[in-house]
Amino acid sequence: MVEHVESKKVYFTVFVVLMVLTFITIQVAFMDLGWLNNILALGIAVCKATLVALFFMHVRYSTRLTWVVILGGLFWLGIMIALTLSDYLTRSWLTYPGH
Amino acid sequence: MAKSHSTVLAHHFDSIEQQREASSLGMWIFLVTEIMFFGGLFTGYVVYRTIYPGVFAEGSHHLDITLGGINTVVLITSSLTMALAVRSAQMSNRKSLVIFLILTILLGLTFLGIKLVEYGHKFRDHLVPGFGFSYPGPEAGHVELFFVFYFFMTGLHALHMVAGVGVLTILLILAGRGLFSAEYYTPVELAGLYWHFVDIIWIFLFPLLYLIGLHLKGS
Repeated sequence: MVEHVESKKVYFTVFVVLMVLTFITIQVAFMDLGWLNNILALGIAVCKATLVALFFMHVRYSTRLTWVVILGGLFWLGIMIALTLSDYLTRSWLTYPGH
Repeated sequence: MAKSHSTVLAHHFDSIEQQREASSLGMWIFLVTEIMFFGGLFTGYVVYRTIYPGVFAEGSHHLDITLGGINTVVLITSSLTMALAVRSAQMSNRKSLVIFLILTILLGLTFLGIKLVEYGHKFRDHLVPGFGFSYPGPEAGHVELFFVFYFFMTGLHALHMVAGVGVLTILLILAGRGLFSAEYYTPVELAGLYWHFVDIIWIFLFPLLYLIGLHLKGS
């Protein structure tokens, strides 16, 4: 396998898309969209992060083992956040004397 | 590490490709530990923001969206110059590698400079937890909690930037000596992975810290 050399055009295109997404996320943040605000802010951040990883970090051309390592790491992060929240969010469901 | 000077291939690898893949995989495993490192702070942030959503939005109003936005642009641009630096190394173009490394370092320093100005404003406004924090209103304690997260998250991020600038400076010196070529540019590639990772962290910090509650401002 010869290391893939990305064309300059791809890098500049990704850069422009990242800039446009940054602009959009700031504009959207000023509008009151209720719960959609959070979804959009994080959704755009995930898109930007994915673009950086796939193109700037060459994940697109990485081996499957690298993909497994990255997705495994993100999965564990998901476990940490989900299980912690499942504790904190459900504490108020219980009512017991003296609390 | 004992390495023959005649070749860039270490004796325990079969081929340059295998050596390259092993290095990049090792870097990714390090980056996964970094995800968990920052992940602890992100988890804490998510928990407290879920408990005090309004107060976190209020605290966020005291951050400078203009400076934060400029820094986002600066950091993404530095990621572009870093990617182009790696590309230059892949093409054995020493001159453009040096130029793009210098640009990346300068953009990194710009980011840190702007961050320093922002921190200065927070000291001036008594918004630094533990250093004469004062805030009007009954929610002062919870606003202080928001700023604890702000300083720890951006502080840890800035620390990574400082380390990144240090690594890039060393690479710049080595690149000037002509150490990197299409055959051997692993250090540039790995430093690039680190730099882009730090960029990704900021991509999440920016909306989570600066953009929450902007739509509530003034109401």
